[in-house]
Order: sequence, then C-alpha cells, then structure tokens
Amino acid sequence: MSANAQTEVIKDLSMLKQKEMIARNYDAITSAPETGQKVASTFVPGNLNELINSFGMLNNLPEINAINNGMRKQSGAMIMDAERSGHSEDVCTYVKADIGMMSKGNIAPNGKPMPAPDLLLLSYTGCFTFMKWFELLRKEYNCETVMLQVPYTGDGVVTDNMRDFVVKQLKEEVIPTLERVSGNKFDIDRLRENLARSAKAEDDLVWVLDSAKKVRSPIDAYFGGVYYIGPIFTAFRGTQDAIEYYQLLRAEIEKRMEAGLGPITPEGDMGEEKYRLVVEGPPNWTSFREFWKMFYDEGAVVVSSTYTKVGGVYDQGFRHDPENPLESLADYCLGCYTNRNMPSRVDMIENYMNDFQADGLLINSIKSCNSFSAGQLMMMNEIEKRTGKPGAFIETDLVDPRYFSAANVKNRLESYFQMVDQKRQSSRQF
Amino acid sequence: MSTAEIIARCEELYEDTTFAASRAWKEAEPGRKVIGFMPVYIPEEIIHAAGMLPLGILGGGDELEVIHGDAFYQSYICRIPRSTIELGLTGRLDFVDGMLFPSICDVIRNLSGMWKLMKPGIYAKYFDVPQNYRDDIGGKYYQQEMQELRHDMEKISGRKITDEAISNSIKIYNEHRQLVRDVYALRSAEPWKVPSSEVYLLMRAGMVLPVEEHIPMMQAYIAAAQEEDRPMRDNCRVITTGAFCEQPPLNLIKSIEMSGCYVVDDDYMMVNRWLMEEVPTEGDPIKNLADAFLHHSADSSAKYSDTQEKVGQYLYDSVQKNKAEGVIFAAPSFCDPALLERPLLAAKMAENKVPHISFKYAENSGQMQPIREQTGTFADSIKLWGKEI
Ligand code: SF4
Ligand code: SF4
Repeated sequence: MSANAQTEVIKDLSMLKQKEMIARNYDAITSAPETGQKVASTFVPGNLNELINSFGMLNNLPEINAINNGMRKQSGAMIMDAERSGHSEDVCTYVKADIGMMSKGNIAPNGKPMPAPDLLLLSYTGCFTFMKWFELLRKEYNCETVMLQVPYTGDGVVTDNMRDFVVKQLKEEVIPTLERVSGNKFDIDRLRENLARSAKAEDDLVWVLDSAKKVRSPIDAYFGGVYYIGPIFTAFRGTQDAIEYYQLLRAEIEKRMEAGLGPITPEGDMGEEKYRLVVEGPPNWTSFREFWKMFYDEGAVVVSSTYTKVGGVYDQGFRHDPENPLESLADYCLGCYTNRNMPSRVDMIENYMNDFQADGLLINSIKSCNSFSAGQLMMMNEIEKRTGKPGAFIETDLVDPRYFSAANVKNRLESYFQMVDQKRQSSRQF
Repeated sequence: MSTAEIIARCEELYEDTTFAASRAWKEAEPGRKVIGFMPVYIPEEIIHAAGMLPLGILGGGDELEVIHGDAFYQSYICRIPRSTIELGLTGRLDFVDGMLFPSICDVIRNLSGMWKLMKPGIYAKYFDVPQNYRDDIGGKYYQQEMQELRHDMEKISGRKITDEAISNSIKIYNEHRQLVRDVYALRSAEPWKVPSSEVYLLMRAGMVLPVEEHIPMMQAYIAAAQEEDRPMRDNCRVITTGAFCEQPPLNLIKSIEMSGCYVVDDDYMMVNRWLMEEVPTEGDPIKNLADAFLHHSADSSAKYSDTQEKVGQYLYDSVQKNKAEGVIFAAPSFCDPALLERPLLAAKMAENKVPHISFKYAENSGQMQPIREQTGTFADSIKLWGKEI
C-alpha cells in the first residue's frame, strides 16, 4: 500500500510537470502577438527545436494540434469540413484536421486563438505528405517559408553526401531565414547549450524505454510511451524543463521497478503481465483510452514500439552532440524511424522482439499514413519468419473517428491473444 | 507505315505483361543488361551510357490478375505497387538486372525496401532527387547522387561509363525528347488527327523499347498522322492531369475522348518529357543533367514548389499554351501526391476561371460509363457556357 501510494504521488509529479509545460507553451504561443515572440510552424519528425529556440522563437507543431483535437474528439468535424472544401477522403487526416482547425478559428487548447506563424519551417523528414501539407499551409498563411530536405536513407546508411546536403541547407537556407524572421543573429554557443541539454534528457528517456526489458515491465512503451516521448519530440527538447521531466520520470519508474509494479494505466496499476508485445505504427487518437483498455484488460503490455522512434531513434545510440551541432542535427533528421528503409525497420523490430522478450508483433496500420503503412504486411511476414512469433494486423486511423471500429479491433485482439497462448503451449510441448 | 500499323505494334507491346520485346533485346547479344525504373523520372542517359536498357515499369494494367500483390497491401493503398509486386513475384521481371525506385511518394519509396527484402540478390535502389533548386546546394547533392548511380551502373554492366558516353546518350535522348514534344505539339495543333489513345500507346512503347527504336517509330507516326484524313469533331479542348504514376486503363483514355474531349496535354510518362529543353552535350554531362533537372524540368505533384506563385503555374501555362478550355483532374485512388495537391491546383484553375472536374480511377477500373457521363457533361457545359461554368 505504501509503495502504491508513493508511486501515485511520484507519477503525478511527472504528469503534472508535463501538463504544466504544455499549458505554458500554448500560453506562450497564443500570447505571442503581445509578447512579440516569433512562432515557427514545423513538423515533429526531424524538428529543429534546439535551433529554433536558440533564436528565441517558439515552435508550433501541427501534428500535435491534430492529436490534441483527436483526443478531445473534435477532429472528426474538422476533417469533414476539410473534405467538404475539396480535400480528398484518401489523404492523411492530420492534414485535414489541421486545415479544418484553421477554418474553425485555430483555437488552442487554452481556448485562445493561435496566431498565424511567422515562419513555416518545413523540415521534411520521412514523409512526402509534409511537402504538400506545407504548400497548403503556405497558401493560407502567406508567410516566410523555408524548407529543409532530408534525403531518405534508401540503402540503410547515411552517406556523407546526404549529411553534407542537410548541413549546407541548414547553413545557407534555414539559419539565414531564422535570423531574418527572429531578428536575432545565429549564436552557435546557445545552440550547443541546447544540444547538451537534449543529450542529457535523451539519456534518461532511453533508460525509461529500456526498463521494459524487465519481465514484468514497469512501463507500457506504446500507450504510456506516447506520454514519455511528449517533451522530447515536441517543443521541449533542449530545455531545462525536459531534463527535469525525464529525471522525475526516471525516478518514478525506478520506484515502480523496485516495487515490482507493472505499468500505470488510466485505471491505476496494471494487473498481471500476460502478454509482452512489440507494436509497429502510430496509435489511434480518437479512441485512445478505449484502445489502451483493450490491452490492459487482457494483461497485454507493449514493451517496445516503433512509433516512439518517429521523433528520434535514441535507443540505437544517437545523441544530439554539442561538439558537432549542425552535423548532429543532420544525423538526427536522417535517422528518424520513418526515414529508415524497410529492411532497417524490419531489423529494428526483430531486435526489439528479441531484446524485450516479446511474445508477438502487433501492427496498427494507419489508413492515413503511407509512410508507415505501405509495406507493413511484408514486415509482419518477415518478423514471423525470423522470430517464429505470431504477428497480428489491425487497421485504424489517427484522428478520423470513422476508421476506428472498436468491435473489430477488440475481436481481432482477442483472437490474437488466443493465438499467442496457443503458440506458447505448443512451444512448451516440443 | 500507317498510323494503324504503328499503333497496332504499340498496342501489342502495351498488352504484353511479359515484356517480350525487352527480353528479346537482352537476348540478342550476350552480356546485355536491363534496368527497370518506376515513375516519375530517372536520368535514363546514365543507364543507356552503360549499354543497358532502361525499362519503364508502370504496374500491371487492367489485364494482369493480381493474386500475390494484394497480400502485401492494405485496401487503402493504390494499385500500382501491388501489381508491380505481382510482376516481380510471377517471374515477369526475372530478366531485369536492377530496379530503380525514384523519389515520388512514400509508397514507391517503401517499395524500394520491399524489393530488397523480396529479391535479396537483385540491385534495388531508391533514387533521390533534390527539392532544393540552388546549384550549390540541391545541384551539388544531385550530382553526387548521379555519380553514385553511375558507379552502380558500371558495376552491373561491367563497363566503365565515360563522360563521352553519357554526353552521347544525352544527344540521343535530346532527339527523343524533341520528338516527344513534336508529337504533343502536333496533337495540340490538330487533335483530330492524333487521338490521345494513340499518343498514349506510342509513349508507352518508349517504356519498353530501346530509344534507338522508339525514335524512328515516333518519326514514322508523325509522318503518317500528318497524312491521315480524319474528321474534325466539335470537341472541347481539355488537359488531363494527375496520372503521372499509376496509369488509367486504356479504355478510360478512350472514353474521355469519346465523350467529346480532345486531350491537348497530359502528364502520362513524364520521364519522356521531364527535361524540357535540350541538354547541352559539351562539358561535364553530370552537371548538365543536374542543371537541366534544377532549372528546366517539368513540374508535378511529386515536386516542391519553392514559392507560392509557382504552385500550379505549370498547369496554367499549359492551359494557355495549348488553348485548353478545361482541366480534368484524373488521379489514382489513394494517390497522396496527386490528391494532396489537387485542391491547390483546383484553386489555381478557379482563380483563372478555368473550368475543371475531378475523378479517381484505378489501373483496373472497369466501369467507364460514369466517367464517360461526367466528362461528357463537362464537355457539353464548356461548349454551352465556356468559361462561365
Ligand atoms: S502521412 Fe504519416 S508521417 Fe506523414 S503527416 Fe501523415 S501521419 Fe505524419
Ligand atoms: S499512384 Fe500515387 S501514391 Fe501510388 S505509388 Fe504512384 S505516386 Fe505513389
């Protein structure tokens, strides 16, 4: 009881801290017209938060706004608005939720309108949709724009040519634009300080993610994981806040481990750990809680996930490096999960299956996202072949509630868990 | 040769999903190699300079039965990758020595890695291009990517690719591109003489034939088409756009025409027309190809428009140049680049009072009636009200 009560309090601290950070950031964004701070709109994977902050600018991430609207059940209407105005039902719903949000006044979670961005910074990593999304935003805002093209690592390696190309764009396109928009000169020392802080927070994040290697994992690395990656993927990488958040989180998880507890869920501590899964693909946001419940009710814990690597693959050893600031930003962008080729993605999942002693691979295939989804069936077959563990495939969407069929997903999961049981029994017999 | 004879040969090539003509080319001499590529653009000159055949792969069309390919893709992904996988798994591409997957969208990008997993012994490469159009940034990057491709092509062909050989290939492809432009110009000038389905089949032939064979074929077609006495109809002049990757069935192309539209420009097989001006044959050929890509290449939804003014400008320029009265947005279902850009292009057309309609298709779409009705009504309304609609 006392361990439980303690963890409750400590858990609250990291969650409260994150909540407070997000609220403060939204307040800073919505009050930018009064404070005079400049705002850059930019995407999550490969975002240049340390660089943007080094110019004293704020960063506003359209995907995060779409997720917020999804979780608050507002995205459905926004998507339909965008479709009515001519956007195809076939394209990414983040884009349509974002465009629909604009038509509804771009209201931030604090109830105040978001200002138009001063800069559109298209760091285009791992997804072609970003490019056209950005063009659509430019038409709306008509503001200063700059693009950072990050080559896809098609052969599974980062070549010097790729890195040089990214660094050159940073030097000659991105930095001069940030200087112009912010009115501040580039200060490499400030950038180095931010990068050093990033690396510190990244160490603790990796420790947290690795804690799931313990059988009786103290974390859920997918549903819980999306909270854990929040600060590092968004506007807080490179800040003292992020360092503090990850220190708090790590201490909490250490306590859970010592107490032999499983992950915390919205309904309290999770019961017995019956299934250990690796999950590929982003979650559904419109029914996030309901989706998660389908797992913890069955004793299924996600021990590793690929979605928690879209904004940086730190568990494979990458750290932002203050000694080589621009090269390190380039390597960060080039290494994000969806910028890796299919064989590398398969290898990574195979390693997760082994290192985290998983019972199987579950793919949540997202209708919106060809970057993630095209090829996932082949990935599943490969993993089944290599590990001998069963895979399962479910189809949902990010923020479009029309594509989340709770009954179908639940049925599919239940039969999958039975399959895992059978597989275990038969492997015990031989 | 009459147009009918030429087109009959093209149709035979089009229908053959075993690529017999390309196989025959390969078998004609020992040591010949074939490099497959997908839409939207690759510098064919580099393959050609190594003495190899660039083979354009555009999916399986409406005749190929897709059995294995569907097991690799969810229902909400377009059809071209599944039929391409089908071609790969049924031995139809077993004579291909390497595959290039150009930078066009995430589906083809991921297909490059799937190919690596599916055919571990076969060269498969994602071929990247710059979206930054500065010579010292995007140009430098692209030149190096082409040098890497050149190196890989040397390895596959077992031949050194000299600058001279590439310049020579550029010369041949310059001639080819000029003829392609001539065919398009002729159709735009006298569309009744040059039906779109014929232009389409003629261009498709260029995907599987060596360029040296396709050049005389186009010359013969142009000569024959000019001689042809075909009745002029009261059709309206339209541009179709959005079909730069997965191809519509031939019947769809015919249906648009039959419903009362002369197609005066399109974006099928852009690789044939990607470089829009003659590429210099003096100096560093890789630099020349890079310059042409950066400063004189076609626009498409797979490209980034670095300024707002440029978005859709290529389409509007084409409307003006070809005196088009309307635009038909015809894109494959689930095609991200085409469908994401469509609202921007539609807005550009609306701003300039260019009537437009849109529909989606798949390479195996069977029902032409609804499309024929839609394009027919569009043609009628243009004739009745012109720009007022
Ligand atoms: S397609 Fe996928 S990666 Fe791209 S914006 Fe949409 S969800 Fe993000
Ligand atoms: S049809 Fe469109 S989405 Fe499909 S592979 Fe081609 S470009 Fe990509």
